[in-house]
Amino acid sequence: MKKTTTKSTWMLLLSVAALLALVVVLENVLDPNKNIMVFTALKKGAVYALVAVSMNLLNGFTGLFSLGQAGFMLLGAYTYAILTIPTAQRDAVYYLYNGSAVNFSLPELFGGGAFGLVLGVLLALVLGGCVAAAVAWLIGLPVLRLKSDYLAIATLGFGEIIRAVFQWDKLGPVTNGANALKNFPTFSNFNIQNAGGEVVLRLSTFVAFLLAGICVAVIVLLINSTYGRAFKAIRDDEVAAEAMGINLSKHKRLAFVISSFFAGVGGGMFAMFANQAQAKTFTTAMTYEILLIVVIGGIGSVSGSCLAAFLYVAASEWWLRFLDAETFIGGVKVPLLRNGFRMVVFSVVIMIVVLFFRRGIMGDRELPDLFRRRGKEGAAK
Amino acid sequence: MQYAISILLSGVSLGGQYALIAIGYTMVYGILRLINFAHGDVFMVAGLMMVYLTASVPLAVSVPLVLVLTVLLGFIIERAAYKPLREAPRMSVMISAIGVSYLLQNLATYITGGLPQMYPEIPGISATVSIAGVPTKWVTVVTPVLVLALVLALTQLIHHTKVGMAMRAVAKDFETAQLMGIRINAVISTTFVIGSFLAAVGSVLYFTNYQSIVPLSGSLPGLRAFVAAVFGGIGSIPGAVVGAFIIGLSESVIKGSSWSIFSDAFTFALLIIILVVKPTGLFGEKVTDKV
Repeated sequence: MKKTTTKSTWMLLLSVAALLALVVVLENVLDPNKNIMVFTALKKGAVYALVAVSMNLLNGFTGLFSLGQAGFMLLGAYTYAILTIPTAQRDAVYYLYNGSAVNFSLPELFGGGAFGLVLGVLLALVLGGCVAAAVAWLIGLPVLRLKSDYLAIATLGFGEIIRAVFQWDKLGPVTNGANALKNFPTFSNFNIQNAGGEVVLRLSTFVAFLLAGICVAVIVLLINSTYGRAFKAIRDDEVAAEAMGINLSKHKRLAFVISSFFAGVGGGMFAMFANQAQAKTFTTAMTYEILLIVVIGGIGSVSGSCLAAFLYVAASEWWLRFLDAETFIGGVKVPLLRNGFRMVVFSVVIMIVVLFFRRGIMGDRELPDLFRRRGKEGAAK
Repeated sequence: MQYAISILLSGVSLGGQYALIAIGYTMVYGILRLINFAHGDVFMVAGLMMVYLTASVPLAVSVPLVLVLTVLLGFIIERAAYKPLREAPRMSVMISAIGVSYLLQNLATYITGGLPQMYPEIPGISATVSIAGVPTKWVTVVTPVLVLALVLALTQLIHHTKVGMAMRAVAKDFETAQLMGIRINAVISTTFVIGSFLAAVGSVLYFTNYQSIVPLSGSLPGLRAFVAAVFGGIGSIPGAVVGAFIIGLSESVIKGSSWSIFSDAFTFALLIIILVVKPTGLFGEKVTDKV
């Protein structure tokens, strides 16, 4: 038994490494300027995969129905942005508030250059996660006493409160009020350039995948640990879990804080993807989007969430684009196709999944489970 | 003084409009234990239907037509999106509600092209009136009266008719009511019909005051109304009305001060405080947890 586990772990690691290598190759073979959609979908998909997995950790594995994800992403995104905007750019970004109250930038503190960039960005992302986690801890004190839908509505409320606080004028020198924070290092800063400024090796999509992959791996390890088993026990039956000696409040808080940490990291990555951080993007609608990804992928399946994130993003950003354009076939205008139709079709599809395929793509299984069963069937033949 | 009166007036009328939405939330929650996230969007769709109908038919036809169509919408949503999930875990139904809300918003964006729509003037309640020297619209005066009348009618319905008795029974115990021969589906549909009707009335009043409608204009009033329902004690109709007036007044006071950006934050803070301090709300009944 032990042996097969290590074997499948190696297989998993190998396939993840292969995927990362494929991304690097893909990015350097295809011209990103001609295939913008592909790489947008890949990067955004990676970010959403991480956030969806973090939400799944809470909703699917611990059974805490929280809708505060966008709020925690906002915290991560702002922390990342505030800590990494180059000092030279600060006056331009904070022009409404006569410069920023924070006058350092992590990548520069580490001496700039490639080394400073990597270290600064990583530290800023982790700090973004920590801020989100700290706030989650505070919020969790009162809120985690609530159950199911009350918890959902309370966390939804906290998301709104956080958004209002960050748009507050008085905090302008730090948060830039309702305006966007920009000019901080993004994924494309990781493309390696030669002395002439030409890009020799594109790594932007790879970095998004790598960061998301590491975080998802940590979450998977957590889920497979004692803590993860305790989370699942709480999900399945709170009373029984408590009777088995699981400290309910401690484990719930832990799950909430960890999930928020990764939502914060995901928020920072979202800022890197979008090239800006603005409070009004992190709305309830974003939380709903992520929730729908989790549902489509299957509540309680990490690989399902990842798959669904890419499917969702690719479908909404890329494959269904044609529905938004007015099209003529043989001189006849195709009916209904008009701006906004894409989202209508999309939400109908989502409703169909929610109503008729309630288990989503994966149910609560993982990707390796599928191969394992097929392998057994093959052996039986 | 005049400023205070104008704030008070707008708060009362806002509260009345929230009350009409909140009743829909509280009734559905009382019976299905479901936060009907789509309710705010039904309210928004009612507003949009009014915009499009007044463009083609006279007002005397369009107002009743909007009421009927909204009721129909509520009915269809319940039958299509919630009824198939009756046996499913509660979270699935809630996710379905979020899906419906998403669908309605996207549909509205598609039809309006994302542009704000101007709500038509309704003669009578759009006219200006002066109360204690403060100019305001007639709707401000009409709203509280209409709300009280509707709530009285509704409480009569719930306490003195057969349908009302069935509703109370279903709210008390779903399964026992079913065993007693109450046709659950009919009762639930009635609840949605009443809720949607009140939301449609609320939308006429609300959008006469705030004239522009965008696809998202239902979601925040919807959430605020839900907070009002929780504040007053979910499942209790008088509670929802009192809660809505409190939320409406406090929103109008905060919007009038320099803290206006925190008006929603305050509403949600209120929600969290009430949930932590007294989860049953002001008028809610104590429910014993069946473990």
